[in-house]
Amino acid sequence: MTSVPAKPASPLANHIFDNYSSLAGVYDEMFDSAGAIRASWKPFAESVEGLGREEISRRWQQAQEEVRENGITYNAYEDVNGNTRPWELDAFPLVIAPQEWAQLTIGLRQRAELLDRILRDLFGPQTLLQQGLLPADWLFSHPGFHREFHRQGVRDNRFLHLYAVDLARAPDGRWWVAGDRTDAPLGVGYALENRVVMSRMLPKVMRDCKVERLASFFISLRKTLGELAPHRENPRIVILTHGPTGPNYFEDAYLARYLGYTLVEGGDLAVRDDRVFMKTLAGLLPVDVIFRRLSDEYCDPLELGGDPTFGVPGLLQAARLGNVTIANSLGSSIVESPSLIPFLPRIAREWMGEELRLPSAATWWCGQKPAQIDVRSRLGKIAVRAAFRVARREAPPPESLWSKSPDELSQLIDQRPRDLIGQENVARSCAPVWNEGACESQRVALRVFLIAADDSYHVMPGGLVCMAGTSAPLDLSVLAGEVSKDAWVVSDAPVQPVTLLSSGKQAVALRRSGAELPSRVADNLFWLGRHVERAQNACRLLRPVANRLTSESGGETLPDLSMLVHSLAQHGLIEPGFAVEPMRDLLPTISQVLPASMLDATQPDSLRSMFRAAHKNATLVRDRLSLDSWRVLHRVEREFELTAAKPQLEFGLAELLDLLNDLIGALATFDGLIGESMTRTPAWRFLELGRRLERSLHTIGLVQSLFAMSGESDTRALEAALEVADSMMTYRSRYLASVNLAPVLDLLLTDETNPRSLVFQLEAISEHVEHLPRDESQPLRGPDQRIALSMLHSARMLDLEALQEYRATAKPSALERALGRLSTQLPKLSNLIGHRYLIHADVPQQMSESRRST
Amino acid sequence: MIKYKISHTTTYDYDAPVAVCQNVVYLTPRSTPYQNCTYHRLTVRPIPGSPHRRTDYFGNTASLFSLSTGHRRLQITAHSTVEMIEPTLPVDGTSTPWETVRDALPQNRTEEGLADYQFCFPSPRVPMVAELAEYGRQSFTPGRPIVQALRDLNHRINTDFTYDPTATNVNTPVTDAFKQKRGVCQDLAHIMLACLRPLGLAGRYVSGYLRTHQTEGQPRLVGADASHAWASLYCGAQGWVDADPTNDVLPSVEHITVAWGRDFGDVCPVAGMFVGGGSHRLSVSVDVVPS
Repeated sequence: MTSVPAKPASPLANHIFDNYSSLAGVYDEMFDSAGAIRASWKPFAESVEGLGREEISRRWQQAQEEVRENGITYNAYEDVNGNTRPWELDAFPLVIAPQEWAQLTIGLRQRAELLDRILRDLFGPQTLLQQGLLPADWLFSHPGFHREFHRQGVRDNRFLHLYAVDLARAPDGRWWVAGDRTDAPLGVGYALENRVVMSRMLPKVMRDCKVERLASFFISLRKTLGELAPHRENPRIVILTHGPTGPNYFEDAYLARYLGYTLVEGGDLAVRDDRVFMKTLAGLLPVDVIFRRLSDEYCDPLELGGDPTFGVPGLLQAARLGNVTIANSLGSSIVESPSLIPFLPRIAREWMGEELRLPSAATWWCGQKPAQIDVRSRLGKIAVRAAFRVARREAPPPESLWSKSPDELSQLIDQRPRDLIGQENVARSCAPVWNEGACESQRVALRVFLIAADDSYHVMPGGLVCMAGTSAPLDLSVLAGEVSKDAWVVSDAPVQPVTLLSSGKQAVALRRSGAELPSRVADNLFWLGRHVERAQNACRLLRPVANRLTSESGGETLPDLSMLVHSLAQHGLIEPGFAVEPMRDLLPTISQVLPASMLDATQPDSLRSMFRAAHKNATLVRDRLSLDSWRVLHRVEREFELTAAKPQLEFGLAELLDLLNDLIGALATFDGLIGESMTRTPAWRFLELGRRLERSLHTIGLVQSLFAMSGESDTRALEAALEVADSMMTYRSRYLASVNLAPVLDLLLTDETNPRSLVFQLEAISEHVEHLPRDESQPLRGPDQRIALSMLHSARMLDLEALQEYRATAKPSALERALGRLSTQLPKLSNLIGHRYLIHADVPQQMSESRRST
Repeated sequence: MIKYKISHTTTYDYDAPVAVCQNVVYLTPRSTPYQNCTYHRLTVRPIPGSPHRRTDYFGNTASLFSLSTGHRRLQITAHSTVEMIEPTLPVDGTSTPWETVRDALPQNRTEEGLADYQFCFPSPRVPMVAELAEYGRQSFTPGRPIVQALRDLNHRINTDFTYDPTATNVNTPVTDAFKQKRGVCQDLAHIMLACLRPLGLAGRYVSGYLRTHQTEGQPRLVGADASHAWASLYCGAQGWVDADPTNDVLPSVEHITVAWGRDFGDVCPVAGMFVGGGSHRLSVSVDVVPS
């Protein structure tokens, strides 16, 4: 690629943009053809130059860090290999001038209204086909045209609520439409997150540039969704996501938290008597509006078939009856197919009496003979791609067509003309991208968003910009870019601050609810609690081991090591063989094996796996956790990734010890955040229940190891146990003297003032169980309540006299039996809670279809 | 005129209780120029909540209902009375050349014209496949009267394919049935449609019943009549002409039409989803009694 230097000597351009050169032959967003900075960019350039190269560099590093800390990814937790792509945000925005934006806005609104009207017609009287404005062949060849969507009677006659347009700027400076997104457009959350990061990175620059705020768009979004409710008083609005395997789970969770709606998967919803309900701890709660992030194709497996794990059987009929409103309406996806583009100008003329204000990239649908001939004559110069998009997929997929020769493409057109289009490539504009202290020129793709508002649409003043180093074909989704940018629509006038929360002229009824917790989410929170606690216990066990193994002391540490290793083996942190062999012979092997095995992600009980499980659960409920709590776990996950990337030899006991100290610190922070900033809703109770259950099991195991391994009450083993249970200080301050068995056991088991004692856990468990949502009309205690009380009772009744006896007879069998009982009751309670609240109903299955018998 | 009383019972038996089930069924006979449905009742046990009836895109009647009381058996029975008159079957030699019908189809953009034209296109279970198109073209030689060509194709499919209920299941792709040269009425109807549509002709899938005749000297077996499927071709001036490749006939008063669509998927007699239930068994019994 040849470059032309775009830099004349200017008083400004002596620092950051010094060596920047535009790509040849395309429009540069920042510099005009003479190399001067465009007027709309001047405040930005001045402000940025004022900061200087080094400061920009520093802030950009910080912003990158924030992106990673927040775990902004394009592909959320997908598999154990963690194939998530971190979001790359550029230091520089795309600046758009106010007059230009005003022009664009008019064109975008016109296009949105047109597409909405086309949907209304195609799912209604189909006059477009009868008048010949759109070939019937197009609709009847469309694999996404489900007859079931026809005449569904949508609320306010609106099909298209959220709409996105992909734009490209041609060398002549005009914006061209490269694609429409009408199904459930992605990117609106990323645009918001980009803005949040940018406003922290360059607050003064943003003020200097008078950048339009995005909040007004989200206020409109909330207003529109609120007004879609069939019963307008306090509507329940949910965001229906594809789930953690979807490409945009991060974004869905982010939007749910930002907009204050419940995030649900298909399995969280159920249709009963033609109404849609959310399955929650408190039972079924009616849902009024579904903000759909799932492709319409998957929404109702009963009528549309397909994978029953995503959608909600019966949803379409509930929508037909007007019992629920879905945004975008089911079927809205059919107009995002690029083969519709050639017909839009004429429809606009006939219906609206006006020209399309925004031109689209020239497109020909091969399903029509004359257009097919046009495509054949241009093969090699234009792109050939799929005519239809269904469920965000194109068949044939775009990649499969890039490498094909004109002859091969021609053959393909012979075989399946209706499935293909030809489309002209727009030579997209370029803009500077910050790359490690230098500026380079990359291609710009801009996605803008519109939300239905009143009779028309509200355009988000901004958007999502994706940059690519190469001039990739236009059909690349905007989200396939390499680096993303914030889009700044600048203003001539001062910008009014807007925030989402202070919309309030009307009074808001105070609420303290929390029972609206989907059962699936409660389940994930419960397991998050268990996994976090399990990881913490492992750290607390490993730390004294690593401590002792690294210290120079010899055989005198053996009794406590035996006890600790026994406990490690019980937790699966080490091979069980280590716990039975004579300790002295094994020490060198343990020292060698332990550190590396703790990083081994393939072992289910390694430290690495425990934290990964906790992180995974946190990912699944990230719309329920505060950003700070999430960050703690995400940071740990990243630390593990970095550590694992180092050569094995560099990770020994000393490094393990360092890591353990960090981890224990991080988990203490997590505990603190949960304790201090999570409201005491059922969500918190389930998280706590998981943790308390796990800690009870751990404490019982520790005491059992103590009995098993130290025949005599060995002081060192007792000390180690106190260390693991983080109770050493209490003991010292309380007893001053040497360590004895009975007071140690009291501290670990029966002392209700010690937050690590067994009784403390069981009291907490009993209290949480008592407060779980249940049918108040039932006079009797439920089985979960009974078992929790029974455990608490037997722990309180543990015979301390028997502990004293133990010193004499060496067999506290009554105590051991009691602990054994508790350790079987705890999993039982876990199962009871699971059955009562957490296991959400089975996935619906398809009935066998009665088959023609002749 | 001939009058039939039809009962069609579908029974699902489950190993474990079903908590919830939702169904869409196509069991109401259509009225056509030769057929009039004078009585229809759908009985579901246990008694469902929120039953609905809707007319679908193709003009069929779909019934929707759901059950949210636990059950181990679901029984759906449709009782219908249908009166039929003999259709005027076109004389083969005098029908329009098939190319004329093909060329006229896209020209008619009225609502009725579009309703016919939509059946010219591939559908989920009837994709465009070169081999099938080629097989069909052998019957549709240049200038051949359309009904004659249809009869020929009907006969060839009947001869070349073996009726074999074990060869295919309800989801066997049409290409597999074509390769195996085996299948049941559903497969043969799909094969016929996959031959007709690549020619630019409109073909639809018809779901219905077939009156069966008792063997001499044997008592009539209740429930032994069959639910059946065949194809229909748009023949221009002659309108839609049915063809039953399974029996090598152009249907008359012994084929009772229930519903039509692009393929089986549009008019599946009983479809549904359930939660719980474990594994389940399906049994179907159809009784067509002339009166």
